[in-house]
Amino acid sequence: MIVQSTVLAAEFPPSVEDFYLPSILPWGAENNYWFTKITVLAWVAVALIIVFFLVTYRKPQLVPSKKQWFAESVYGFVRNNIAVEMIGPRGVNFAPYLTTLFCFVIFMNFFGIVPLIQISPNSHIAFPAILAVISYVMFIYVGIRQHGFVKYVKNSLIPPAPWFILPLLIPIEFFSNFLVRPFSLAVRLFANMFAGHMLLLVFTLGGFAMINANALLAPVSILSWILTIALTFLEFLVICLQAYVFTVLTASYVQGALADEH
Amino acid sequence: MITQLFVVAEAAAEETKHNPILPIWQEIVVGTVAFSVLCFVLMKFVFPQMEKTFQARVDAIEGGIKRAETAQAEANELLEQYRAQLAEARTEAARIRDEARADAEGIRQDVLAKAREESDRIIAAGNEQLSAQRESIVRDLRAEIGTLAVDLAGKIVGEALADEARTRGTVERFIADLDSAGTAGRR
Repeated sequence: MIVQSTVLAAEFPPSVEDFYLPSILPWGAENNYWFTKITVLAWVAVALIIVFFLVTYRKPQLVPSKKQWFAESVYGFVRNNIAVEMIGPRGVNFAPYLTTLFCFVIFMNFFGIVPLIQISPNSHIAFPAILAVISYVMFIYVGIRQHGFVKYVKNSLIPPAPWFILPLLIPIEFFSNFLVRPFSLAVRLFANMFAGHMLLLVFTLGGFAMINANALLAPVSILSWILTIALTFLEFLVICLQAYVFTVLTASYVQGALADEH
Repeated sequence: MITQLFVVAEAAAEETKHNPILPIWQEIVVGTVAFSVLCFVLMKFVFPQMEKTFQARVDAIEGGIKRAETAQAEANELLEQYRAQLAEARTEAARIRDEARADAEGIRQDVLAKAREESDRIIAAGNEQLSAQRESIVRDLRAEIGTLAVDLAGKIVGEALADEARTRGTVERFIADLDSAGTAGRR
């Protein structure tokens, strides 16, 4: 925490600019985003996940080793508790993508509380937006392939309601199904990660601000730092929850697209 | 959420440089490529493999259960068979025992009858022998008594002229002879 605050040399209160770190290559350049801490972390997440799964699943055994069991239980969790639970037997086909999504989101989120890293790429909306767009395209594509374009649009726009309410319901359905869904998916994840990082910044930097302002405020500073640790645990909860929510919502959208009736 | 809105509002007031709700296109490119790589590797090499392993495991378990069921059925059948055989053997043994008991009784009766017959026969033979001996003894005695009587009569006639004392002596001598002859004959 101390290292981070001295490295950032951030002033109190923290601002949005604290999320936009200088470029690593070329070193220190502002507004150059190809090679920043954020993109590096994204690559690291991808690399770690790939290495983890390839190493643990290089030689699968019928009776699994501990590592293999762990990798299987990650996949099994998403497969059985999200994909099959939400979508039904056909959910097995979506389990690989949903597991990939889940692992990616939870790893990226997790950088938010790793000491000395402590920022999640998902606190930049670009990453949640990509995932949300993929989910969006996926559920619409699945729906059209299942029902055909016209029937799918009809299914998803026209709820079973008396005809005279339909003029009111159809725009609402359209708005909620085709406009809000990707946006809410992306913003929910992004905002949680953003707010989490901001909270940690506020409590960490606030501690420094107080102890710098007056030495008598030192106990309050310490309380503030203790709270930072507590909030880190809270963040851990949020991290897991958001990864789960993102995956479950994607599965639920796919389920809605596959369902026969509204 | 509230914090985020607050921060956004504050940032908008203070800074116009970055808007956190607008994605940076370089990051979109990087994120897309990175996530595609991840999807490609995991969905092509890892998770299908896992599905295969799951399937193999299910097969193995179901096969095992089926094998166990077959073995169980076989064992039950064998058990039934053994039980039937055992019951059969028991009745057979009981039958044989009864037969043996009946045989033994028959044999005992036979032996008893034979023994009784034998003893009867022996007794009869003894009786016969006894009566035959008695007959022959009586016949011998009769012949001897005749001879003796003749002897006595001869001696009495021969010494009739002697005195009475002598006569008496002769008679006594004869009887003593008779006695000793009788004792010797009896022996």
